[in-house]
Amino acid sequence: MSFVTKPSKISLVIGASSVGTLIEWYDFYIFGMLATIISKQFFPSDAGTSALLSTLAIFAAGFIVRPFGALVFGRLGDIIGRKYTFLLTLVLMGGSTFAIGLVPGFATIGWAAPILVLILRLVQGLALGGEYGGAATYVAEHAPANRRGFWTSWIQTTATLGLFLALGVIIFIRSNQGVEAFSAEWGGWRYPFWMSIILVVVSILIRMKMSESPMFTKLKSEGKTSTNPLKESFGHKANFKMVLLALFGAVMGQGVIWYTGQFYAQSFIETVCKVEFVQSRNLMLWAILFATPFFVIFGYLSDRIGRKWIMMLGMLAGILTYRPIYQYFLDATNAKNRTEKIDLAHTISSEKIATVDVKDRTKILVVQKVDTAYLDGAIFSYTKTDTLQIAAEFSDINASKIQYVQVDPLDGTQFDTVLLQLKSSAGLNLDTTRIADVVVLSKSAKPTILVEKTLDHATYWNLIWLVFVQILYVTMVYGPIAAFLVELFPTKIRYTSMSLPYHIGNGVFGGLVPFLGTLIVEFTKTTDNPAGDPLAGLWYPIGVASICLFIGVIYLTNKVDKEVMD
Amino acid sequence: MYMNTIKKILGLVWMCLAPAIIWFLVAQAIQKIGLSTDLTRSNVTLQWVIILTIFTPICIGFFIFGYYGLKGEYDQLPTSSKDVE
Repeated sequence: MSFVTKPSKISLVIGASSVGTLIEWYDFYIFGMLATIISKQFFPSDAGTSALLSTLAIFAAGFIVRPFGALVFGRLGDIIGRKYTFLLTLVLMGGSTFAIGLVPGFATIGWAAPILVLILRLVQGLALGGEYGGAATYVAEHAPANRRGFWTSWIQTTATLGLFLALGVIIFIRSNQGVEAFSAEWGGWRYPFWMSIILVVVSILIRMKMSESPMFTKLKSEGKTSTNPLKESFGHKANFKMVLLALFGAVMGQGVIWYTGQFYAQSFIETVCKVEFVQSRNLMLWAILFATPFFVIFGYLSDRIGRKWIMMLGMLAGILTYRPIYQYFLDATNAKNRTEKIDLAHTISSEKIATVDVKDRTKILVVQKVDTAYLDGAIFSYTKTDTLQIAAEFSDINASKIQYVQVDPLDGTQFDTVLLQLKSSAGLNLDTTRIADVVVLSKSAKPTILVEKTLDHATYWNLIWLVFVQILYVTMVYGPIAAFLVELFPTKIRYTSMSLPYHIGNGVFGGLVPFLGTLIVEFTKTTDNPAGDPLAGLWYPIGVASICLFIGVIYLTNKVDKEVMD
Repeated sequence: MYMNTIKKILGLVWMCLAPAIIWFLVAQAIQKIGLSTDLTRSNVTLQWVIILTIFTPICIGFFIFGYYGLKGEYDQLPTSSKDVE
C-alpha cells in the first residue's frame, strides 16, 4: 500500500519539518561554536586547557545522551505519533538553549555554573535525540517510493544549515559588538542563546498546523501501533541485528566523517593553525554554502543508483585524504604567505605583569604565572609554565640585553617581594628615579587568541576549497542516510529503531571527534615535543570510518526498499 | 556463498576485536591517570570514566554484532518488514 502526498503538501511537510530541525541544530551548535568563551565563563580562570577540555566534555555530553533521547522520544513517537513528539522535543530544545544564556558565570555562582550548564546541555541532547528520527520518519512516510532519498535529503541539509546559521549569527554579533563586549560575562555571546526562543516559537506555530503522518494515522486507526516499541526494536533478534548493522555498517562511519568535516576542521583551523577568528569562521561559511546543495544531489542520486555505494565512497574519500588535507592546513598557515597579528593586550596571559625601567634604557618585564606570552615575536616567548618568571623585554634595544630570571613560586616567593628585590638589586642597576613608576600592566585572564594569523587571498581560498571537499564527503555519507535508515525498519517501530543507531553513530562516535581528537593530540605531547603531533587526532575518525567502511561493503545491500509503508 | 563465508569469518574477527578495544582503553586509562599530576588527576580521571562508560556498551554491541555475523544472521538480509517483525 502506498500513500501519495500531493507535491504542494510535501513541500509544506518538508518545510515544517526542516525549519524545526534546523533550529534544533542551531541551538545545539552554538554551544560548540562558543566553546572557548564558555570555558572561560563557566570554569575557573586558571584552569587553562583543562577548562577547554571540560567544556568540550560538556559539549560531548550533549551528544552522548542523544541515544537516550532517541529511546525516550522514539518510543513516544511510535505510540502517540510523530507530530506531537517532535513538537515536544522542539520546546525542550528551545527552552534549555534559552536557559543556558541565562546562567551566571563561574565568577558569580562558582561551580553551580558548569553544573547548570551541564544539566541544560543534557536536556538539549535528549531533545535532539528525539527530533531527528521524528522529522526524517515524518517526511519519509509522506514521500513517494522513488523520491524518498531526494525528499529526506532536505532534512539532511538542516544539520549543515544549522551550523551555517549559528556561525552567521555569532560572527554578526561579534563584529558589531567587538571582542571585549562579546566575551564579557553578560556579553554578546549570550545573544545567540536568547535568540533561540524566538526561532522556536515560530517553528512551533508552523508545526502545529501539520497533520500526522498518513501511515501512522492508518496504523493507529487499525489499532496496530506498537505498545512497546523498545521491546520490539531491541528485544527481537530479527530487528536488533538490523539496528547493529545500521550502526556499525553505516552510521558510525557517517558520524565521524560528518563531525570531522564540519567541526574538527574548524577547530583545527582556529586552534592549531591559529587562523584569525572571523576569517576561520568565514571560510567555513563559504565551504558550507557551496557544499550544501550536494546533500540534495546525493539524496536524488541515491534514489537512482542506491544508497550504499554513495555512502561508502564518501567514507573511503575521507579515510584516504584527511591526513594530506590537514597537513596542507598546517603547511599553508605556517608559510610566509600569512601575517601574524600580535597584540600585546591579547598575547600575555598571566596573573601579574609589571615593567621597571633601568638606567641603560632596559625595561625589565616581570611576569608571574605565564601560560603563554608572546612579546615582539621571538624576543619573549614562554609557553605553559607555572614558574614565576622575570624577564627583560625591550621594544627599543636588541635581544642581547634580555635578562631572564626564573623563581619557583612554590618556595613562597610572591610577585611583590620579587619586584621589591628587583628594585633594590644593585646588579640590575635600576634607575631609582623610575622605580615609583612601576605599573602593573595587566591581571589578565587567558586570552581568546594568542597569535592570530590572517591568511592571504590565495591561501584563504585554498582552505575554503579543502573544507568544501570535506563537507562534500559529508554530503555523500549524510545525504542518503535518512532514507537508508527509514527503509531498514517497519513503520510501527521505525521512530525508535532508526533513532538509536543514528544517535549512537552521530552523537557518540561523531560527537566525540573534537574531544577525542584533542585528547589524542595531548597524548602525543612530550617534553621533547611539547606541541605533540597535531595530526594525531585524525586517527580516531580514520580508524572508525575504516572499520565502518569494511563492514558496510561486506554486509550491506545496495537495494532500495520500494515499500516502506508496511 | 563466498560472501557468506567471509561474513562469518569476519564475525569472529569482530568478536575478538570488541574485547581487545575494551582492554586497550582500560590499559590507556590506567596509564594516563597514573601519569597525571595531582593538579590534573581529577580531570584526566573524569575524561577516562566518560570514555570507558561510553565505549564499553558499544563494544558489547560490537561483540553481539560479530556473534550474529558468525551465526549467519546477515547471510540474507530481510527484503520486507514482515521479515523483521
